[in-house]
Amino acid sequence: MRITLTVNEAKREVEIEPGETLLELLRREGYKGVKKGCGSGDCGACAVLLDGRAVNSCLVLAAKADGREVVTVEGLALWSKSHSRYSTGRAKGDELHPIQRAFVEEGAIQCGYCTPGMVIAAVDLLTHNSSPSEAQIREGISGNLCRCTGYVKQIEAIKTAAKRMGEGADD
Amino acid sequence: MTDAREKGFVVVGKSERKVDGIALVTGKPKFVADLDLPETLHVKILGSSHAHARIIEIDTSRAEALPCVACVLTHKNTPPARYTTAGQGYPEPSPYDTRMFDTKVRFVGDRVAAVAAETDAIALKALKLIDVHYEELPPVLSIDEALVNGAPVIHDESDATGIYDASRNTAADIDITAGDLTQGFAESDVVVETTCETQYVQHTPIEPHVTLSYLDEDGRLILRTSTQVPFHVRRIVSQVLGLPLHRIRVIKPRIGGGFGSKQEVLLEDLAGLVTLRTGRPALIELSRKEEFIAARTRHPMRIRVKLGAKRDGTLNAIEMEALSNTGAYGSHGLTVLSNVGSKTLPIYNKAQNVHFFGKAVYTSLPVAGAYRGYGATQGYFPLEVAMDELAERLKLDPIELRRRNHIRSGESSPIFEKLGEGREGVAQTIKSCELGRCIEIGAKRIGWSKKRGKRMRDGSWVHGVGMSVHMQGSGIALIDMGAATIKMNEDGSFNLLVGATDLGTGSDTILGQIAAEVLGVPLSKIIVTSSDTDVTPFDVGAYASSTTYVSGMAVQRAANKVREQIVKVAAGLLEEDEDSLALAEERVKASSGQSVTLAKVCQHAMYQSGQFQIIASASCVPEESPPPFMASFAEVAVDTETGFVKVLNYVAAVDCGVAINPKMAQGQVEGSIVNGLGYALTEEMLISSKGRVRNPSLFDYKILGSRDIPPIEVILVESYEPTGPMGAKSVGEVAINAPVPTIANAVYDAVGVRLTCTPFTPEKVLAAIDAATPGDL
Repeated sequence: MRITLTVNEAKREVEIEPGETLLELLRREGYKGVKKGCGSGDCGACAVLLDGRAVNSCLVLAAKADGREVVTVEGLALWSKSHSRYSTGRAKGDELHPIQRAFVEEGAIQCGYCTPGMVIAAVDLLTHNSSPSEAQIREGISGNLCRCTGYVKQIEAIKTAAKRMGEGADD
Repeated sequence: MTDAREKGFVVVGKSERKVDGIALVTGKPKFVADLDLPETLHVKILGSSHAHARIIEIDTSRAEALPCVACVLTHKNTPPARYTTAGQGYPEPSPYDTRMFDTKVRFVGDRVAAVAAETDAIALKALKLIDVHYEELPPVLSIDEALVNGAPVIHDESDATGIYDASRNTAADIDITAGDLTQGFAESDVVVETTCETQYVQHTPIEPHVTLSYLDEDGRLILRTSTQVPFHVRRIVSQVLGLPLHRIRVIKPRIGGGFGSKQEVLLEDLAGLVTLRTGRPALIELSRKEEFIAARTRHPMRIRVKLGAKRDGTLNAIEMEALSNTGAYGSHGLTVLSNVGSKTLPIYNKAQNVHFFGKAVYTSLPVAGAYRGYGATQGYFPLEVAMDELAERLKLDPIELRRRNHIRSGESSPIFEKLGEGREGVAQTIKSCELGRCIEIGAKRIGWSKKRGKRMRDGSWVHGVGMSVHMQGSGIALIDMGAATIKMNEDGSFNLLVGATDLGTGSDTILGQIAAEVLGVPLSKIIVTSSDTDVTPFDVGAYASSTTYVSGMAVQRAANKVREQIVKVAAGLLEEDEDSLALAEERVKASSGQSVTLAKVCQHAMYQSGQFQIIASASCVPEESPPPFMASFAEVAVDTETGFVKVLNYVAAVDCGVAINPKMAQGQVEGSIVNGLGYALTEEMLISSKGRVRNPSLFDYKILGSRDIPPIEVILVESYEPTGPMGAKSVGEVAINAPVPTIANAVYDAVGVRLTCTPFTPEKVLAAIDAATPGDL
């Protein structure tokens, strides 16, 4: 069947297979930032934004994305610029979303395989709660498993990003 | 203390950003399966449904007849050579007991056949069309069953080599003695004995094993694979497939975690053979379930430790007996067993009478292999629990007992020489050790003196604090080798080529920092290329806590040689003495104040006179293996009604020499601690009475998530290791050894029960509390 969806601000019309998941579709279409870690919704490596909310794309049938908006980690910077709340002085013209930048700066990336999903989860969190407590941050990324970092620097990075995005909005 | 700043380092000792960070955080296609090649075949493996069986017949005709199936592989049409999947130096100290496909299966999930087809779905469908006729054999489901007289023999094949005693299911055996144990115990005032058991656990890298193979334009086999050991992969695949080594190129792109599991050659032979047979690219990605069932695990062990001490707490004798379950194959069996002793016993070098012995035993259970910590993790459990018990018997603070016995700078241990990795070790004297300060700082940060022995109650919860101390090594002395090549470009940048393998640890960044420091340039001027057997010089790969110390030293040496060439050219340009020149801020500066840019030096060398390429290579084979040290502390609360153990606070004070990149070093410790906490509290592969893994998913096998972790404070207590690059030692493994004994000792402090069997689930803790005299609480 054919579906139409927006991926990273670009409208796409694609042919999908019966039973194909959004994860499979996105990777097949070249969005390799969407990672497969388990295929059963346990690890969060495949998280993308579907109409602005983080979902495990391995649990979403591609057909369910018909007519909807998908943002993958590749499109975050672009997407954040087109959304007014991130069009802050600091983020403008930056290649990275503030969360991505904080992940790089805070040493929150080791192997990088969980990173795209973790960043997507953090974007969802900060979109809906601009100054989360540490417990809320832990809750917000609790669907994303990381075996390298022990989460310490990832939590720090999200705190840093929240602070910066808050400051940016006040500017 | 000498630290990085006092040494005047500019790039080293700074938390430089990861060189691949931006590509990773923006989802660039850097991983194995991110490369789409036309005509790629998808390969699926048929795993054995029995724990122990002979394959009487396999009929693949129905699978082969299925449209879009390109090839089916079984023992009938694949090379029979025996090898080991352990990616170790050559000759490997692991037995050659594995075949690509065998006529016998030895665990549930063992390779029976493989199908390459146009799609995953077709390959999976074809697997179901393969008819296998098994003759079931009795399974062997524990160490004790394996060692009993008349036990079924798991490796009864005649062509395996390197097995210690196949008829007794013994893959490896070790027995070493220093001093006189009998006398040691006889002269001891106090003797304690502890036996601990550890469970089956898995590495669970978020990226499961994956390999993509294809032929290049010249028909050479290219293996793009998620491995920690690209050069060992090339050698082992060449050996298994009988393909000349020069016809194989192994490329390691980014890999999604390894933790030892990717020190195994699990898929490359298969993908390679499919490509050779069909001429087409072949992709094998293990599913999460397959990863759990058929990849590798940490050796489950039962270890007994007996300590003898004088009344003042000085250790007199240590006996350690380890029984290790290596599963169906002996991969890393001998060397992991060695490290149970070699990485633990030297820490208490005051004990002059030491006996270490043990066996690695075959069972028809999942295969064990290399796992971060590599035996030391298992060994420290009984050792540090026994030390806690000894302290209690001697009425000494556990901290004081450690202080009186731990190894110090300028000291040695007979174990260094007696016990190496599967053979004799290498004598060494410790040249850097800040363990004493680690203990002191860690105790202060956890609030030891305020909290120890207080058993503070909060309803049904009782609080306690525990500690343990640890060491590891830095590479394998006189065995490991790393090499580096540095080439200068005319804009003053450098290509750094290393065989070393960044598995997410950040070694590309750290090795780049070492080169940048020597060459007087910012990290951005070092272009790091790693782990491509056609392009980079040899390196054994990422294991044994070797990369910073061994590969880092190779980089430092190569950079020094390049520096000499630069200085020579610059001396001519500036008409200055070579001795008066220094490299800094991308220039060669003379003490007179004259200077020239590196770009100009290279342009001169390339285009103007006496032309040559500024380039050099260097190797490092370490002569010793300086241990990093760690003092570990935890505060726990134990619910006496449910047995639940909550970790409230974790403090790790670590001496890894000079931390080349402090944030990355902390990250190694944080990740290790959280992995170790999972090992202590929640992780366990459950295995049925038929040998089947019952919980092969990340839903049913619990690794810790962001809500499960306590506050973790990591303190880097810097020392300067004179034999290391810029004073560095290793940091990748040591901390994973700590949580199990630290938590066990903290639980004892809280509720007075000794936990000796991991994981410390509420059920076990409650049972232990119930078994203890109620009056004790």
